[in-house]
Amino acid sequence: MKRILQVYGFCLCLLAGGVVWAPVPCGAAPAADALLINGAGATFPYPIYSKWFDEYHKLHPNIQINYQSIGSGGGIRQVLAGTVDFGATDGPMTDEQLGQAKTKVLHFPTVLGADVPTYNIPGFSGELKFTPEALAGIFLGKITKWNDAALTGPNPGAKLPGNDIVVVHRSDGSGTTYVWVDYLCKVSEEWKTKVGKGTSVNWPVGLGGKGNEGVAGLVKQTPNSIGYVELIYAIQSNLPYGRVRNSSGDFIKAELASVTAAAAGASKQMPDDFRVSITNAPGKTAYPIASFTWLLVPSTIQDGAKRKALVDFLHWMLTDGQNNAEPLAYARLPKEVVAKETKAISEIK
Amino acid sequence: MASTAVAVGGALRQGRVRAFFLRWRSGDEVAHLLTLIFASTIILLTVLLVFELYRNSALARDKYGWQFLFTSTWDPVFEKFGALPFIFGTVVTSALGLLVAVPLGVGAAIFLAELAPPRISDALSFVIELLAAVPSVIYGLLAMFTLVPLLRNVVQPFLKKTLGFLPFFQGPNYGVGLLAAGLILAIMIVPFIISISREVLLAVPVEQREAALALGATRWESTWKVVVPFARAGILGSIFLAMARALGETMAVTMVIGNDPKITSSLFAPGYSIAAVIANEFTEATSDLYISALIELGLVLFILTFILNGLARLLILATQRKGTAQP
Amino acid sequence: MNYRSVWRKSVNAVMFSLTGICALAVVSVLVFILGYLVWNGGRAINWDFFTKLPTPVGETGGGMANAIVGSAKLLLLAALVGVPVGFIGGVYLAEFGGKTFSFLVRYTTDLLNGVPSIVMGIFAYTMIVLPLQHFSTLAGGLALGVMMIPIAVRSTEEFLRAVPQSLREGALALGASRWKAVATVVIPAAFRGILTGIMLALARVAGETAPLLFTSFNNRFWSHGWDQPTASLPVMIFTYAIAPYDDWHRQAWAAGLVLLGLVLLANITARVVLGRKLSSAAG
Repeated sequence: MKRILQVYGFCLCLLAGGVVWAPVPCGAAPAADALLINGAGATFPYPIYSKWFDEYHKLHPNIQINYQSIGSGGGIRQVLAGTVDFGATDGPMTDEQLGQAKTKVLHFPTVLGADVPTYNIPGFSGELKFTPEALAGIFLGKITKWNDAALTGPNPGAKLPGNDIVVVHRSDGSGTTYVWVDYLCKVSEEWKTKVGKGTSVNWPVGLGGKGNEGVAGLVKQTPNSIGYVELIYAIQSNLPYGRVRNSSGDFIKAELASVTAAAAGASKQMPDDFRVSITNAPGKTAYPIASFTWLLVPSTIQDGAKRKALVDFLHWMLTDGQNNAEPLAYARLPKEVVAKETKAISEIK
Repeated sequence: MASTAVAVGGALRQGRVRAFFLRWRSGDEVAHLLTLIFASTIILLTVLLVFELYRNSALARDKYGWQFLFTSTWDPVFEKFGALPFIFGTVVTSALGLLVAVPLGVGAAIFLAELAPPRISDALSFVIELLAAVPSVIYGLLAMFTLVPLLRNVVQPFLKKTLGFLPFFQGPNYGVGLLAAGLILAIMIVPFIISISREVLLAVPVEQREAALALGATRWESTWKVVVPFARAGILGSIFLAMARALGETMAVTMVIGNDPKITSSLFAPGYSIAAVIANEFTEATSDLYISALIELGLVLFILTFILNGLARLLILATQRKGTAQP
Repeated sequence: MNYRSVWRKSVNAVMFSLTGICALAVVSVLVFILGYLVWNGGRAINWDFFTKLPTPVGETGGGMANAIVGSAKLLLLAALVGVPVGFIGGVYLAEFGGKTFSFLVRYTTDLLNGVPSIVMGIFAYTMIVLPLQHFSTLAGGLALGVMMIPIAVRSTEEFLRAVPQSLREGALALGASRWKAVATVVIPAAFRGILTGIMLALARVAGETAPLLFTSFNNRFWSHGWDQPTASLPVMIFTYAIAPYDDWHRQAWAAGLVLLGLVLLANITARVVLGRKLSSAAG
């Protein structure tokens, strides 16, 4: 009898001990000032963000900024629901979404990036030139073969096979999608009426991949496929990507200079809330599918420590942080935007 | 201790009250109450679950009504949501999974129950049960890197060449798609069919087999014409159970189904299942209606699996009763 | 021998060989899974995997130390929820239950068992993540705990029922009250079985990914305490598998091997301890 009681007592102690003791060995004793800030959102800037948060953590070991790339739609949603401390998106919030926010949400541009058409064509790994009509036609499902006239026309030297094109798009709510379809709306009337623009659209054709990572993964594994990803994903996955014809008629490759050129016009006339579209921007050297990407920060943050940390991070991001952008193929923010933003940070209370 | 209880109880002169008091003192009533409380939390949790599903899907239910189940558009931009593509994808992949798993599973169960010596039968069925323990995400991982390339490079071109006149095997060849999802589901549900079918087959009274053999049947004829029909209800029950599992599978399906909410006749085409769309889009549903539509999908899935599980249990129970009933 | 009986005999041989092939096919799938995982995962496992945190996107190296600890924390929480409710609920059904209420409890247990894991995730999201306003280990652990309950209840009840009635009667005859008989005689007799049932339930929820996707979310750093998002092995496998980075694929195989190894270890230990087949209906 006594032994049975001892066994039961032991089990109860185990249970109680588990509750109390477990947090201690799990991830080292939480230091008195250890701060964890949670953010979620766009996969478009995920490589630079993860680099930034890692670097910032090295500078401030007691601050951990945990960012999860779940797509811009997720960033917007979670910031509206208040389940994360900040969000991130490449498709700026609509007025309707801003209206749903309990506390006002501020947009802070971080870097400039580009959507590139990346493809996997067996036997061909060169650079293709895409016209706006070709891109719209492919994603509408009207151009179905790689050796269609719309593709062979601008690429006379390329040996394109007669295989079916496999379209890959995003399955999750995505700012990368937003940038892509924003561009397609501007260059294709049919796309504008049939599909429209948003972080998630009703795609006429194609496979869905989760995140930029998922699309790049699918394109890499699926022959005859084409998808749209942020530039760095194509580079890091060793996937070829094409040039796109801009509004001046030139076929431009996505790179630092052309992306910066796309933002030149808009940065001089940046609206106060920083929400602006730079797709199909004017300019001879401008890349047509470029975009700012934003951090979504509530204008009122209750937790003093978190507020201080976020404000400090934003200042760091605008100064030292910009140095990390170019090695990862993101363009720095233009000077005018940085100046305007530095002032806007003080709006966070 | 007991003496005071008896004294007080005696003074009350009511047998039942006295007995209750005695039970209380001895701790039985407390124990009963305690265990009852824990058991009722299970009921509470289930009721809460259904209630939460119902409540949070109210927006979508009010807006679409029953049409939700028959609309095939899923358009977050223009906020038009319909469940049909997902119901289609879920049902097709599960049906495909069953199509492959049932013959395989019942065949293996017959082998294990009728032919294999008991020790080998036990060992093999243990190994097969280990298959049921493999997590879904690991099936997905393996399917992505082994099954999908196999389908894309070998199986689907072969099917296209030989059976390409059928609408099921036409269309572009992605590798991922309904066929891939169906096949991985088949592998995942086959252990359930085998273990339950084997149990019900073993539960068939030996007199049935002996009677058949005594009448001159071969082993196979006795199995196929007597034992299996006797256990028919239980085997059917295991199939329903497997189907319920297949309907709810999330991770493996998400990784290989192609994530495209379209209804097509080709098995090579990408599709979308209810569980997969919830997994992909839940954290990003940017409007309340969007999330409500996703939760309504969850409710639909819940009801489907509920009905199937209920039927399954009834059938299995019926066979077990039949097996133990006296002739 | 007339033609008909030759035919019947050959049908007999052919059909039984076919069923044998079916069984062989199923078993070989498992062998293939194990072999492939061991081959790919084994090559990828190194000391870093168990000790380092993930590196920034696109950079190679790093490990899943936080995911391993995260999964352990989630399982601990799941056990804290699932074991008491499951165990004591099972005791109720086997020992104290009244007729109608027992039926109700069994029915809802079955219902809970059949709930798809993604729906369980929705439930935990609406109940815990939304009110608390952030993702947390707590939410993930509770989702897993609720999933554990039906399995724990079923196996506890089954093993308690398997205890011979004579043991109970003997205890009662010696003057023990009902609860004492149960607590001191019946439960210890079924202890081994109940423990292995709980271990199997834990193994089952250890591999669940869907309920964690929007409850415990994910975390590239260590997760402190219970109210922060945490990395977990299944979610990391999913995230890394669908990405295009080869180094992430490598780590996904390693994680898959670790996870599968633990799950299979639990199952095999259960079998060895009990020495007989457990009810498959608990699956």
